[in-house]
Amino acid sequence: MIKFENVSKSYGESKVLKGLSFQIKQGDFVVLIGPSGCGKTTTLKTINRLIQPDSGKILIDGKDSAQLNPVELRRSIGYVIQQIGLFPNMTVEENIAVVPKLLNYPKEKWQPIVKELLTLVGMPYEENAHKYPSELSGGQQQRIGVLRALAASPPIVLMDEPFGALDPITRESLQEEVRRIQKKLKKTIVFVTHDMDEALKMADVIVFMSGGKILQMASPEEMLQHPADPLISEFMGKHRSALSVNAAMSAAEFMKTRVLKAARSMQTLQSIELMRNRDVNSMIVLNDDDTYAGTVSLDTIKSHGKAGRAIGEFMETTVPTVNLKEDARDTFEKLYTSPAGYVVVLNDDMTVAGLITKTSMAKAMGDALWGEMIS
Amino acid sequence: MSNLMPLILEHLMIVLIAASISVVIGVVLGILSYWMNYLDKAILWTAEIIQTIPNLALLAILMILFGLGNVTIIAALVLYALLPIVRNTYIGLKSVPIYLKDAARGMGMSKLQRLMKVELPLSFPLIFSGIKIAVVNSLSIAVMGVLIGAGGLGYPIYRGIQTNSMERILIGAIPVVLMALLLDYLMTKVEKRLVHKGSVN
Amino acid sequence: MTLIEFFIVNQKDILGCLIRHFQLVGISVTTGMLIAVPLGIFLTRVRRIAPLVLNFAGMIQTIPGLVMLGFALLLFGIGLLPALLVLSIYAILPILHNTYTGITEVEKSYIEAARGIGMTDSQILLKVELPLARSTIVGGIRTSTVFTVSWATLAGLIGAGGLGDLIWTGLSTYNTNFILAGAIPSAIVAVILSGLIHLIQKKLTPRGLKGVSA
Repeated sequence: MIKFENVSKSYGESKVLKGLSFQIKQGDFVVLIGPSGCGKTTTLKTINRLIQPDSGKILIDGKDSAQLNPVELRRSIGYVIQQIGLFPNMTVEENIAVVPKLLNYPKEKWQPIVKELLTLVGMPYEENAHKYPSELSGGQQQRIGVLRALAASPPIVLMDEPFGALDPITRESLQEEVRRIQKKLKKTIVFVTHDMDEALKMADVIVFMSGGKILQMASPEEMLQHPADPLISEFMGKHRSALSVNAAMSAAEFMKTRVLKAARSMQTLQSIELMRNRDVNSMIVLNDDDTYAGTVSLDTIKSHGKAGRAIGEFMETTVPTVNLKEDARDTFEKLYTSPAGYVVVLNDDMTVAGLITKTSMAKAMGDALWGEMIS
Repeated sequence: MSNLMPLILEHLMIVLIAASISVVIGVVLGILSYWMNYLDKAILWTAEIIQTIPNLALLAILMILFGLGNVTIIAALVLYALLPIVRNTYIGLKSVPIYLKDAARGMGMSKLQRLMKVELPLSFPLIFSGIKIAVVNSLSIAVMGVLIGAGGLGYPIYRGIQTNSMERILIGAIPVVLMALLLDYLMTKVEKRLVHKGSVN
Repeated sequence: MTLIEFFIVNQKDILGCLIRHFQLVGISVTTGMLIAVPLGIFLTRVRRIAPLVLNFAGMIQTIPGLVMLGFALLLFGIGLLPALLVLSIYAILPILHNTYTGITEVEKSYIEAARGIGMTDSQILLKVELPLARSTIVGGIRTSTVFTVSWATLAGLIGAGGLGDLIWTGLSTYNTNFILAGAIPSAIVAVILSGLIHLIQKKLTPRGLKGVSA
């Protein structure tokens, strides 16, 4: 566990960190994000004491890091940087084994580690161990950079914009690999980025910083739904809405509530009149206790109905229904398989809440993706 | 002092004549190395070997060929100056960005036009810094001219050594060192200007 | 007497001068290395005073060899030691310069990575900075050696012996054979030593730094 207690740092007049206090739980993937100059990299570097805070404490597993030997501390914390920093004069194997060797592991101990780690990222030992960094692609180099940080199995790994210099495709596959490795090896990772996509994809906890302070520290979902500051909303921009379409939205958000309803005892002619007046061609039929009974359309009344009969006698029950809280995706599927082209949304007590048509769905998605549309 | 001035002027004259000749030869050889890929190694290698030959050895051998006098020291200075000038010309021309070469070619410039209008102007800062190295080195090496009967500031220095006179050595040495430092300073300034002006992103 | 005959007749003297020449160069370059490499490393740790020291060294380099030998002669007299002193001072300069620039030009990211993974300052020096600067430093040694071979021919002037002695004799007696007997071997020695060190330099460059950068 890493605990910041009122940590401050200034360079001359400018205060880079203003009394930071927060905790990082063991095994969490924590992403520090914020506009440039917000202090995220400084925060990261205070953890392995590449930067010394002016005041405040950083406790690592309960121990004040200022009391620890910085060199030993760094050996127990993995470190990955954007420029990768693989030593060009060492082979892949030597690079990965650098910290184990600093810790005086014998070869019998570090060599299996190198092999195992290379397997972990799908770079077979025989093919890659004796290459030099310059003989690898950018993505492969950073894989080795990550492995070097993991080699002495430190419980904590710090990553400073590690994928910032990679192309989007390579970046994505490395993000997945690192996330997979983190879960597998149960590392605590502190990760700095300015890319919200990356933060949302990787983080268990996002720490949003600005001006040397924490604006919000929350899970990605929480931050998306309840950004604590306009700056955070702005930073998330499109992500917020994109994510809400995917998962956070429920049927309730797509439905229209102005729906034509009638008791099952209503007479046919009266119901035709009603539908014509409202310019619709179907309506919902309710039981006497206001619960959902079925639907009836102008077409069915014309083909089956006789004057003076109640609509309850020939109403249809083939239109799919969904609960108000049903998630957007399932609702979407039902809508597309519905013979009538719409689905009925029910409250928990089976009364009718509204209905979802293809038009209402499209509008809701448009709103979500591009903000409230004027309609 | 009055008899020092002619020596300073002669010293400068020797260096300037040698520098002018070596700039012409050096730049031409640099261009040839750039144009003819099979020649570049041979030319640069030769220039490097010449540079490696000990001063006194080269001077003595040239004396056998050219006899005593200023011609011999000028010849030696020209030979020593070749390496920095040829090498910087060659590297300068090679490092002109491909897109600029392509652009020039695309506009229908001939090989010579490309050289004169695009490649040489863009390489000039680097060529100039080669010339600076050559000139500063020459000022110092020219002192040795006295050993093969040439003029310049080597004369008081050598006389000083022969007569055990620190004063005479200093009378010759101080102007040489001052000139070298001054020229280095001035030419570095020009160099920085050139790089700043002609920088290609 | 043709040149070849001259070489054969005087082979013992020429060989003696050659050996003395090697001694002059060997001793002064070694001395230069022993002083310049640690001094260069030291300067990278106190970068504020580095420009001062390096500029001073650069200024010394502009002093003509003849002048330096003159100083040595006047201050310490004729002989081997004054010559070695001057040659060693010249040998220091390129090695000092290259050691300093070689280390300072090591990319910051390597140093940061090394510090971040927990190397001590001396480990960073030995495992990262020096290996990466090695080829530049050896380049400085090469320049030094070529310079020293050249200045060593002048050392004959103050009675230190070496191949310069033959050239001096030749120049003062207008004897072409003497001149060539000193000039040709000294040129060959310079070229061969320069080539040899260049080979060592290539050998010492880690494979990872030779290939095309990714």
